[in-house]
Amino acid sequence: MKIISCMKPVPDPASRLIINETKTWIKDQDLTFVASEADNYALEEGLRLKEKHGGEVIVLSMGGEEAARVLRSGLAMGADRAIHLLDPKFKGADEFAAAATLAKAIEKDGGADLVLAGVQSDDLGTGMTGTMMAEFLGWVHATVVVGVEAAAGGKSLKARRELEGGINETVELPAPAVLTIQFGINQPRYASLKGIMAAKKKNFKVWTAADLGLADDAVGKAGAMYEVKEILIPEKKSKVEILGGTAEEATAALVEKLRKEAKVI
Amino acid sequence: MTKEMTKIKKGGGFLVEESAPEDIFTPEDLTEEQTMIRDMTEQFVEDEVLPQVEKIEHKQWDVTVHLLRRCGELGLLGIEVPEKYGGENLDKVSAMIVAEKLARVASFAVSYGGHSGIGTLPIVYFGKEEHKRKYLPQLCKAEKISAYALSEAGSGSDALAAKANAVRSTDGAHWVINGEKMWITNAAFADMFVTFAQVDGKQFSCFIVEKDYPGVSTGAEENKMGLKGSSTRTLVLENATIPIDNVVGQIGKGHHVAFNILNIGRAKLGAGAVGGAKTALNDAIQYSKQRIAFGKPIASFGAIKQKLAEIAIRIWVAEGMVYRTAGLMDQSLESADVDNTAQVLKAIEEYAVECSILKVFCSEVLDFVVDEAVQVYGGYGYSAEYSVERYYRDSRVNRIFEGTNEINRLLITGMLLKRATAGHLPLYETARRVVDEVMSSSLAAEPSGPFGAELAAIVQAKKALLFTAGSAVQKFADAIRDEQEVLMHLSNIVMEIYAMDTAIQRLRKNKLADPHTDVARTYINDAMSRIDFAARQVLASVAEGDMLRTQLAALRRLLRWLPVNTVRTRQRIADFLVESNRYAL
Repeated sequence: MKIISCMKPVPDPASRLIINETKTWIKDQDLTFVASEADNYALEEGLRLKEKHGGEVIVLSMGGEEAARVLRSGLAMGADRAIHLLDPKFKGADEFAAAATLAKAIEKDGGADLVLAGVQSDDLGTGMTGTMMAEFLGWVHATVVVGVEAAAGGKSLKARRELEGGINETVELPAPAVLTIQFGINQPRYASLKGIMAAKKKNFKVWTAADLGLADDAVGKAGAMYEVKEILIPEKKSKVEILGGTAEEATAALVEKLRKEAKVI
Repeated sequence: MTKEMTKIKKGGGFLVEESAPEDIFTPEDLTEEQTMIRDMTEQFVEDEVLPQVEKIEHKQWDVTVHLLRRCGELGLLGIEVPEKYGGENLDKVSAMIVAEKLARVASFAVSYGGHSGIGTLPIVYFGKEEHKRKYLPQLCKAEKISAYALSEAGSGSDALAAKANAVRSTDGAHWVINGEKMWITNAAFADMFVTFAQVDGKQFSCFIVEKDYPGVSTGAEENKMGLKGSSTRTLVLENATIPIDNVVGQIGKGHHVAFNILNIGRAKLGAGAVGGAKTALNDAIQYSKQRIAFGKPIASFGAIKQKLAEIAIRIWVAEGMVYRTAGLMDQSLESADVDNTAQVLKAIEEYAVECSILKVFCSEVLDFVVDEAVQVYGGYGYSAEYSVERYYRDSRVNRIFEGTNEINRLLITGMLLKRATAGHLPLYETARRVVDEVMSSSLAAEPSGPFGAELAAIVQAKKALLFTAGSAVQKFADAIRDEQEVLMHLSNIVMEIYAMDTAIQRLRKNKLADPHTDVARTYINDAMSRIDFAARQVLASVAEGDMLRTQLAALRRLLRWLPVNTVRTRQRIADFLVESNRYAL
């Protein structure tokens, strides 16, 4: 089975985040980047499928040096090789442009039986890139996957999806397919010392927009469908109100407020 | 190679040469692999060790053994074992990183160190080829767990006075050992013991003793103050029958094994102490933000800020010293042949002084830190419900094992004097020059530029050391070896110089700004007073009357120092810590 696992570099969750001068993103120069958490679950699932069915696991990421670093962490965990999409033109991509670029890279690498991605990223968390990528590839997909089984040879897949209210559904998909993997599907392995030391020696390809045959206006900010105008830190408010009167009156007032002001009932 | 060789720094060289920032390895210099090893170990502890801490502390040895096996799977047990025997053969910096990160649960870290350090390295460095092939692959996976049995009821710091006795069996096929070893870490679940005994009552030697050999047993669990989750028992050898080939190293050369293993063990103890201290600080920061007194979080009070800041200052300095020393060893090991044990050990032994400094300095930093952490918690810190109570108990033994801090203080000065006498370090020449210079009162110009005052202070502190040490050697000559109080004061000055020098060079190398400049400057400010105190004690013990007055005047000139506003620097450091919510220096 040929499995491609996508990894997005995101600021280390322990970082102190500061909004930049233009208020369009955070100051990311001095931050440490790690793989988005859900992508580690996706990679672990890929490595387990490979252990069961054979084949190879390729990690794929787009971005600057931080992406290379995340890819090397994927190699240290056990991926066989890495593809790094590195080009200043890729900067400022939204989900749409990112999905288009990633899909092109998957095609250039000769496709795959299965592409895995985290259900959503730790930074923007929109959960769209995986499905858009499937659309660009013209493949089937399943989202919020909490269990994967592959038929012998990896020609078809069974994916258990998490629905609302604690209900799961199982879907069957023909390969090739894209799955977005839910948090907690497995326990991602640690990179062992041997894995860490071996990572440097593994195949590591770097592709630019030109290598992918993508026009300048199809990638990065130019290829994006939306633009971030301003990011804000939610205002913290806490308010306490003591409702007076008898218990009955207070209860009636509370219900009224929950219905009209808080709009929760 | 020759070029590389000339770059290698001499052990103790920081006292006589001026350090350059690019010469020292700093925690900011970790490679990507080393960062991954750090992150992996940290994650492993967080996910797998920490949730088991109660079971570990309640001596559920199966949990400890399972976690050691997990360490084996991750490759953490073979960091210093050659690849051909199943290890990873990584650098000492990596070994320090792992020791630091595992220290979050001290009991487990001690089980780990007892096995992978002192329990394994004697075989790596001194074992016969068949020992290495037989034991090392199993030790790297924790399929066999090892322990180290050196101390006895009547011999600790003076390990060579051991009474355990080994004689050849009449058929010459075995050693028959009788004796009782004490304080044996991992004894409850160890499969083998690297054990020391006197062949025919006089030749101190090292043996591999497997648990299942006839006549081998362990005593009852010790009821210790701390590290309750690490097993400590006696090893009882009653006509224990050991295969004749199980001698490690040469007969009569057991002390080579024992002492060489201690150098690296002391450095790793330093790294572990730094890790433990960071854990305690993180808990204290978070607690001080939650605990409300007089309507405000206690983190907003100067009395608490001062504690948090001072803890962080000492950790930052100690951490720099640990990685600087590991970097020195790695640089020196680069030119050693891995298969040539003598070369490898010589490369490490070169920094025996620095290893002893780390052992003493870092264990005392940790003791200070856990004590202040308990204080930040107030009454709750005295309750076993809170983590700092355990840190406090677990810390104490670090000043005792791996050579007491007293033994190590004596070693620091003792080894320096020995190196000087042997011509490895130009201490005497430099000291003579300094004494002449100081007594003639023509002092060298102070350096200027960034950190000019601090750099000048370090130069002057080195002179103050050489001046006081020179006076002491002049007075006592060879008998200085018996002047333990003087030697310990001098070690204190040596340690402060290594600390100050490391702090300032780390700052310069990485072009660090605040809060790091505040940290280094505050440390140096206080260290100058401590050096002054120690130097005055020494001078008062070697001179009196007018001579003493003249010497004290010279010392005052040397240690002239305009105090820093440490009230303000500590406030800024504490504010940074509180905002970061952890040790983020």
